Amino acid sequence: MSLRLTALDALHRSLGATMTDFAGWDMPLRYGSEREEHLAVRTKAGLFDLSHMGEITVSGPQAGEMLDHALVGFISALGVLRARYTMICREDGGILDDLIVYRTAEDEYMVVANASNAQVVLDALTERAEGFDAVVRDDRDAYALIAVQGPEANGILASLTDADLPGLKYYALLPATVADKQVWLARTGYTGEDGFEVFCAPADAEHLWQALTAAGADRGLVPCGLSCRDTLRLEAGMPLYGHELSTDLTPFDAGLGRVVRFDKTTNEGAFVGRKALEQAAAEAESAPPRKLVGLVSEGKRVPRAEYAVVDADGNPIGRITSGAPSPTLGKPIAIAYVDAVHAEPGTAVAVDVRGKAEPVQVVALPFYKRAR
Amino acid sequence: MSNPTHLQYTKEHEWLTAAVDGVSTIGITAHAADALGDIVYVQLPEVGDAVTAGETCGELESTKSVSDLFSPVTGEVVEVNQAVLDDNALVNSSPFEDGWLFKVRVEATDELLDAEAYTAFIGG
Repeated sequence: MSLRLTALDALHRSLGATMTDFAGWDMPLRYGSEREEHLAVRTKAGLFDLSHMGEITVSGPQAGEMLDHALVGFISALGVLRARYTMICREDGGILDDLIVYRTAEDEYMVVANASNAQVVLDALTERAEGFDAVVRDDRDAYALIAVQGPEANGILASLTDADLPGLKYYALLPATVADKQVWLARTGYTGEDGFEVFCAPADAEHLWQALTAAGADRGLVPCGLSCRDTLRLEAGMPLYGHELSTDLTPFDAGLGRVVRFDKTTNEGAFVGRKALEQAAAEAESAPPRKLVGLVSEGKRVPRAEYAVVDADGNPIGRITSGAPSPTLGKPIAIAYVDAVHAEPGTAVAVDVRGKAEPVQVVALPFYKRAR
Repeated sequence: MSNPTHLQYTKEHEWLTAAVDGVSTIGITAHAADALGDIVYVQLPEVGDAVTAGETCGELESTKSVSDLFSPVTGEVVEVNQAVLDDNALVNSSPFEDGWLFKVRVEATDELLDAEAYTAFIGG
């Protein structure tokens, strides 16, 4: 099967990007050094093509109630032009995907799914919409998505729009005109920095990318690939579906039980997965099997996904879900599920790095938090 | 990026110099360094180690992956590049020169490619 190309494909190639297959999309992995791209986002700004993300619009008088039924969050309680991080689970509580839901109007929401799960989410929402006065629309081809992330992002956007940026809070959005194009401008991201995500028509993507590049030229903005997006989110302790999250885990297993809103008042509190999730919540409270923790190594070898976490005697006590050299900390970091008795910050454990036990220390997540 | 014509190459993306007093210098190609991305850990054989052509003798780790380092020749390691061990980024910034990896007193070599054949091999 041939890879899907974003509206910015020709631009990435002209910039000399190294491309990679990501969930069936041909995406920029990096343009030059991924480390420098990472540091640019932490200190100045980075420009990302995220057009592989899957947008699904849900509209109608009962759109909110439908999403309350289909997702674990209390979506109808979200204010108009606000966004929320949430999840969609199976009846058995297993996580189908993690999502951001933007309330774009009184009776309209935009659900943004991971590229790898967009079809699954679309199918589940379509099925779960039955009986509700709500319409689920596949908008994957209706939007390109460009992100500007980093401390300079605000100044860069401000030079291209009259939108009320000071009034645009974290996890909020606005219909805005940016560089003469109509977009949804959201203050969201996946890097641990301040920044924006710009949902635009694919036909406008190249114009916006060029305008942002020009506006960012003297502010240190650089194009950034998915490689640094991964290390940025890892430092920020943000989960990635397929790594920290899967259908084998509930939100409570992942330490994200707070996204499950048992206090929803719509649909008499009923939602898909409620029963299993109540049980998972009780278990997480009384006898959590494993916990999601951070690991920091003083060595140079990198603990990577699927490597075993071991105790002093070499017995397996957990498994790495993501790992990378941290450009900000200057040492290897990882996220892992470890047995609860070893999950206390400060605990010394080890990672089996291709047959050699590399000592690591358990730390609380995130590894990095920006100064506000 | 062009592959210097005075070097020989392997299909595992190593290069080596013609032997001077029996000793060849070995590194990885710009193509390999570029494919790996930022290199964050380099493990090299030690001086005095015997290496065998076509067998692994070290490890290169980048942000995204781990790769074995293969020796293109059989012989004894006589020097390793301490500068690269101190600053792994040299492999990315100067793969054919300052980023060399180790030197071997050569006893035998595997089948090697010239620059033209290697360039064709990597699809350049």
